[in-house]
Amino acid sequence: MSAQMQATGVALINDASRADIDRWVAKYPAEQKQSAVMAALRIVQDQNGGWLTNELMDAVADYLEMPKIAVYEVATFYSMYELEPVGRHKICVCTNISCLLCGSDDVVKHLEGKLGIKMGETTKDRRFTLKEVECLGACCGAPMMQIGNSYFENLTAQKIDDIIGKLD
Amino acid sequence: MLVTIEIDGKKVQARSGAMVIEAADELGIRIPRFCYHKKLSIAANCRMCLVEVEKAAKPLPACATPVTEGMRIFTKSRKALDAQKAVMEFLLINHPLDCPICDQGGECELQDVAMGYGRDVSRFAEKKRVVKDKNLGPLISTDMTRCIHCTRCVRFGEEIAGLRELGATGRGEHMEIGTYIEKAVQHELSGNVIDLCPVGALTNKPFRFSARAWEMRQFPTIAAHDCVGSNLNAHIGKNKVLRMVPRDNELVNETWISDRDRFGFEGVNSDDRLRVPMIKQNGQWKETDWTSALDFVATGLGKIASTSGVSEIGALCSPSSTVEEMYLLQRFIRGLGSGHVDHRLRQTDFSDQDAAPLYPSLGQSIEHLETVDAALVIGADIRRQQPLLAHRLRMAALDGANVMFLGSVGSTYQFPVAANVVVDPRCLTNELAGVAKALLKQASVNPPAGFAESAKAVQVSADHEAIAKALKGARNATVLLGTDAIHHPDLSTLRSLASLIAQLTDAKLGYMTEGANAAGAWLAGMVPHRGPSGSKGAPAGSPISEMLRQALKAYVLLGVEPDKDCGDVRAAMKAMRDANFVVALTAYQSPSLEQVAHVMLPVAPFTETSGTFVNAEGRWQSFAGAVAPQGDARPAWKVLRVLGNVMHIDGFEFMSSEEVRDELRTRVGNAHPDNKTRWHPPRPFVSVPQGFTRVTLVAPHSVDAIVRRSDALQQTTDAPTFAALVSDETARELSVREGQMVAMAQGGNEITMPVRLDARVPRGCVLVYAGQPGAEHLDPSATLTVRGI
Repeated sequence: MSAQMQATGVALINDASRADIDRWVAKYPAEQKQSAVMAALRIVQDQNGGWLTNELMDAVADYLEMPKIAVYEVATFYSMYELEPVGRHKICVCTNISCLLCGSDDVVKHLEGKLGIKMGETTKDRRFTLKEVECLGACCGAPMMQIGNSYFENLTAQKIDDIIGKLD
Repeated sequence: MLVTIEIDGKKVQARSGAMVIEAADELGIRIPRFCYHKKLSIAANCRMCLVEVEKAAKPLPACATPVTEGMRIFTKSRKALDAQKAVMEFLLINHPLDCPICDQGGECELQDVAMGYGRDVSRFAEKKRVVKDKNLGPLISTDMTRCIHCTRCVRFGEEIAGLRELGATGRGEHMEIGTYIEKAVQHELSGNVIDLCPVGALTNKPFRFSARAWEMRQFPTIAAHDCVGSNLNAHIGKNKVLRMVPRDNELVNETWISDRDRFGFEGVNSDDRLRVPMIKQNGQWKETDWTSALDFVATGLGKIASTSGVSEIGALCSPSSTVEEMYLLQRFIRGLGSGHVDHRLRQTDFSDQDAAPLYPSLGQSIEHLETVDAALVIGADIRRQQPLLAHRLRMAALDGANVMFLGSVGSTYQFPVAANVVVDPRCLTNELAGVAKALLKQASVNPPAGFAESAKAVQVSADHEAIAKALKGARNATVLLGTDAIHHPDLSTLRSLASLIAQLTDAKLGYMTEGANAAGAWLAGMVPHRGPSGSKGAPAGSPISEMLRQALKAYVLLGVEPDKDCGDVRAAMKAMRDANFVVALTAYQSPSLEQVAHVMLPVAPFTETSGTFVNAEGRWQSFAGAVAPQGDARPAWKVLRVLGNVMHIDGFEFMSSEEVRDELRTRVGNAHPDNKTRWHPPRPFVSVPQGFTRVTLVAPHSVDAIVRRSDALQQTTDAPTFAALVSDETARELSVREGQMVAMAQGGNEITMPVRLDARVPRGCVLVYAGQPGAEHLDPSATLTVRGI
């Protein structure tokens, strides 16, 4: 396996990411390295500007010594992994039951109108991507959205404009 | 421990810990299922096997519910049936109603179960999902919209093949089975997912749209391409073999077969089948009838016998010929008075053949390989040569066995490998001597005569120490000599050392032979130095190497294409060309036979004749012809019987192939081979040879005339390439790049081939597949010079 590792694209993972992944690997028994796959995918996704290439997924597979297809399975299962390029700011809008009842339709409509794109699309200047997601566990603050690593709750049109306005 | 349970009112004892579905299967109570398969882990994801269990609030999946004392199970109660019908309805929501155009139609588990549990009319009025088909290569056809996500194929990859190629990507309604990135599945057992798939999502690509299940008849037969002898069912339609499927035999192939056994048969329907006897007259091939052809053979051989002597006649046969064919062929040649018979077409070292066992046997049962705790495999590309033996060793390795390889092709294995020593073929004996030396040292035993002198220069490496330790420490060890070892120019030394190592470690010594019936060939007397059942071969003859070197006046070939099947192609073709009379009993109108033969008799391949193969463990497996021979072809045993009669040789009065077999079987009785070989002092071992060495590999899909003609197999990545394969390191030393041409010279001959990088090839070696154009000018494992051009 080690010879194979050298031959493949493990080098695509930079040193900082590798250190970060190793920190996660250390949390699990040595023979269960693959338990760190979700963290590893998140780390290399961040390294790559928010999305995963096939090569990066292969690199994670080789690094964690697991079948490539098993990494693809994880990456395609969870909605937080992006398999296509995304904008600098990924805006995830919850449209699940609580948010829906509290007006997430209006949030979606406002964002689409303001950015001139539909859900699932990216602005031409590659600043924003809009994404519809399921419950993010912040029902008490519905309607809500997530941008980067932050939650924004109790949204109104005004509040959305303020938030977007502060982004680069 | 047993527990008593009750299924549908029947009291039954079941193994504690067994699942309800296993107990029901044993009782013959059929519970519908899709994801459950006896050879795979339990997934319990299809929910089709829901049954009612007393005191359980909800129906439980029979495949994942262990039996407990006093459990009462109802598989056909109202509650069970309602649950099963509901699951069926959900499974059919996204399944297309395209049975009329589905290849699985008529032999589909979903169709069958839907007949019993489905509704007449679907209540699902919404849109069904559509899934894009995947291209999985030349063997497996996909219609992924039909997939019901049972994940049998995924589990097969992980658990049996050991190579996870298929997976379930996406989630919920977007879940799909596939490889994600388009690629052909590459495992040598990949075709088994066709049988595992309970719907028409994964089907047999070459067979596609050729027949419906009910249009075909099924005949049991035996696989003819390796020494495992997998049990098969041949499916026949329109008097043609249309496909091969596995037939369960726990002792041999379980429920699996290799891709070669599944798709190789295609060659029997090849366009170049020889359909009528043909005679060469004034350099022209003419069709003729059997009587004239047999007379021609009798006259031709008679003339050679009377003018040049009977010892000018020799016979060679394919190691995949049947026992009956070989028994009669050697009797025919010996009846004429010559002892020149051989089946060891690629073997080169015959020096210790008198000390060889009764037949080269695995030395244990195939099943036993799963239970070894250490195995040393010498000179074998086992995954490709005997895929199902590799599977058994994989099971042992997963169970903690130390499986170790020592050879000249560094294959990769889908299991933990304790050692994988890959060396120049000329150093193979040196490496094995290293293991022996380490063992002798560890055991403080006096080395046998001559060992110390020959092994003076042998350095014991860490690998040798580790292999020796693992073998010595095992309670149940085996040492296996593979096909490449048997072809090795110093087989006698390898055999002697392997025997010594086996003796020192109390391991079972075994052989993994070439072809379907090498064991049968030895028993039938198809070797020059021994008659049937190991009797004194009278008259004695020469092995193939001598037979070719002596340039006999006449050769009889059975199932041999001399330019493809012989180890020394150059010598074979020269000897045949120079001979006055060459008789070919062949299924094919091969170009090489057209060149060198004087008469070609059309004989039936294994699908069209009755016969017997003896597999590596010594299991006699007889089969009947599955279809009538094509054209005027006849079973070879009948042709030989008539030839014997025409030439007035005694002992050719057989009425059936069974009579032939039974006569030999009686002679063999219960004789078992003892693989242990007497020690013979070896030549000094070489550790660092001068110059480059050719490594030869017989590609898995080139092993016999039939598989060479299987189009599907030839399209796989395992098909041989016309290239000089070298490692990165060797390429650097030669200053050549991938794709560049290199000239390889040996003994005044030079051939050129493009370079291809291949990590399997040891340093300082060039791998050239056997049978590639020009490869006949290079000795299979000898020094050559290489230069980039």
